Amino acid sequence: MKADLILRIGTKLLLPFILLFALYVQFHGDYGAGGGFQAGVISAGMVILIGITFGLETAQRVAPKTLVEFMVPLGVLIYAGTGIAGMLAGKNFLDYSVFSSFAPKGRERGILFVELGVLVTVSSTMIALFYAFVERGRPQ
Amino acid sequence: MNSIWPQLPALQIVIPLLGAVLVAFLRRGSLAFLVTLAVSWLMPFISAALLWQTMTTGPISYHLGGWPPPIGIEYRIDVLGGFVLLLVSGVSAFMIPFARQSVEREIHPSKHAWFYCMYLLCFTGLLGITVTGDAFNAFVFLEISSLATYTMIALGHDRRALLAAFQYLIIGTIGATFYVIGVGFLYLITGTLNLADLATRLIPAAVENPPAVYAALAFITVGISLKLALFPLHTWLPNAYAYAPSFVTVFLSATATKVAIYLLVRYFFSVFGVAIDFRALPVTEIMIALSLAAMFIASIVAVYETNVKRMLAYSSVAQIGYITLGIGLANQAGLTGGLTHLFNHAIMKAALFLAIGAVVYRIGSCKLDDLSGIGRKMPFTMIAFAIAGFGLIGTPGTAGFISKWYLALGALDHGWWFLVALIVVSSMIAVVYVGRVLEVVWFRPTGPNLKDAKDPPFLMMMPIIAFAVATVYFGFDTRLTAGISETVAKTLIGGMR
Amino acid sequence: MKAIQTFIDHYNYFITIFLMVAGLYVVIARGNMVKKLIGLSIFQTSVYLLYIAPGKIIGGTAPIIDPAFKVYSNPLPHVLILTAIVVGVATLALGLALVVRINEAYGTIEEDEIFRQDGGK
Repeated sequence: MKADLILRIGTKLLLPFILLFALYVQFHGDYGAGGGFQAGVISAGMVILIGITFGLETAQRVAPKTLVEFMVPLGVLIYAGTGIAGMLAGKNFLDYSVFSSFAPKGRERGILFVELGVLVTVSSTMIALFYAFVERGRPQ
Repeated sequence: MNSIWPQLPALQIVIPLLGAVLVAFLRRGSLAFLVTLAVSWLMPFISAALLWQTMTTGPISYHLGGWPPPIGIEYRIDVLGGFVLLLVSGVSAFMIPFARQSVEREIHPSKHAWFYCMYLLCFTGLLGITVTGDAFNAFVFLEISSLATYTMIALGHDRRALLAAFQYLIIGTIGATFYVIGVGFLYLITGTLNLADLATRLIPAAVENPPAVYAALAFITVGISLKLALFPLHTWLPNAYAYAPSFVTVFLSATATKVAIYLLVRYFFSVFGVAIDFRALPVTEIMIALSLAAMFIASIVAVYETNVKRMLAYSSVAQIGYITLGIGLANQAGLTGGLTHLFNHAIMKAALFLAIGAVVYRIGSCKLDDLSGIGRKMPFTMIAFAIAGFGLIGTPGTAGFISKWYLALGALDHGWWFLVALIVVSSMIAVVYVGRVLEVVWFRPTGPNLKDAKDPPFLMMMPIIAFAVATVYFGFDTRLTAGISETVAKTLIGGMR
Repeated sequence: MKAIQTFIDHYNYFITIFLMVAGLYVVIARGNMVKKLIGLSIFQTSVYLLYIAPGKIIGGTAPIIDPAFKVYSNPLPHVLILTAIVVGVATLALGLALVVRINEAYGTIEEDEIFRQDGGK
């Protein structure tokens, strides 16, 4: 796969900033626009950009298919696990106040955990969708 | 034990969800089945505990995240909810042993784990709709179950399964979007999404701004009716049932439409019925007219159908007509009959579709011509089919008779003799289409394609027999079906204005 | 004059209704499955607008309590619609995946052509 020089260099230059922006959106989510959904899509966009410029094989070296398919349920597990932690502590499902002795602080932590779960699932789902659609078009 | 008791409403949803996650991790068909089996067999116990709790101590309210309603999402289970929960989880628990070998035969091995994952997600969604007391949360669960359903239908080995799944996706999404539009109107009018809170806040709003409330009612009714396949919005159903893998057909016919009907009952009687003078609207007339159309037109189409699965699918549309007829009658006996039929139809259709699934497992076809004389080769399967078929007709001594009896009583309470006559006549059409199959399988010479046909393996046979026995059992012992339906109907009718 | 005033006051609702009807029309009138899905997306998008527009309060700010502000917009519609958008994306992805499979199985994505291949069913 031979891509245009500007495209390749440009992509390489952009990649760290895309990831950084995704993390910014992720952790800024509780005090502004952002959160796991948006960060997940942005970070998946990074892998998709690699896939478009350098080809599917390179993208799958960065994010192997097995890893991506492992991450989809992992994110759901993080989310549900956060909820179950509340149950184990004797409160209701998804009660985040148990993560700290000071309830609002606990809720803030709980939201961070949940957003982490959302990030993992959304980004891996997006990448998995990209892989699935790209692989379909190829002669087997 | 004391600490787990109040958590049951959440566990009802969380356990199948975790099961789906676990299955997605395992990626091995046999392990995935074991997880699915464990989850499916655990759920009825939770449902039964919840139902018992609602019947002894009244409705359960569970606050997600500890936020009290109407701010937070509330899981609210009353007797009706507990009844539908027990129906969905109980029926699934009985039918799940059938899945193993049927799925192995009909679905590519690489997809087994994903199939069980989708099954558990669909299960989660259906239970969630029943448990939740929040209008928007119900939409999310509706879409979870629907998306999983589209995937499961598309796994059918015929290429027409893809088309059926696509058509269902389009119509199902339109239905769900109509539902959200209706909920949006309600939210704009009242500023709340909690169903109980909606009902109280709609009372002044309905006086102030009736057109908006009526628009919301119309959108929600049409949206849910698309999902429950109320005639003439049923067009997606026959193909989806006919080309989906056998086990999916059984599961959908026994649970998915039933949960949609539950949602409709919830809106009609617990939200709009409380807030506005429901009897002044032409809802009863429209529901009864459409139900009658379903009972007759779909039954007649079923008579001319040559694919047995499609025939049973049209029969489902007709039988849903009986249930909505009960809702439309909106009196004590009628609603009892509708809700009883909700339960009885789930059992009878499960038996019928399971029997046909066993036939497909053995001979790979469900065309009527291929089944001639199969009764002698698969006697137990076909006896079960016959029993459930009699139930569908409404023969005394089967579950179907009980529900039709109550429906007739409901019609009589309105003084509508013609409706009683129509119920009897439409049952006669069921005699024709069930009789047609029975004639072919029992009284025709055995075809050459049936040389190796015999009753399915033990694991597949047990669910078929269990549902056939249940069809007869609930024809005599009506405490669980009609008894609870009566309590529910009393509460729902009593709560109406 | 009054009609124009009504239109201007409620222009967001008219946009919503236009999108709703246009989307539904495309779903019904087009035989091409990708176009059907596009129509479906437009239809769903109209609902997003229906929810979001009333949630905005003119002069209101993001609902993070701060002594400098008194008026806040309602955050709930945004949260609901974020969920609905995710559901919409999932539906669209599943629909497109089905269209890809249908194209592989039938060699076309025109509904008429597919019905013809299946023998008029």
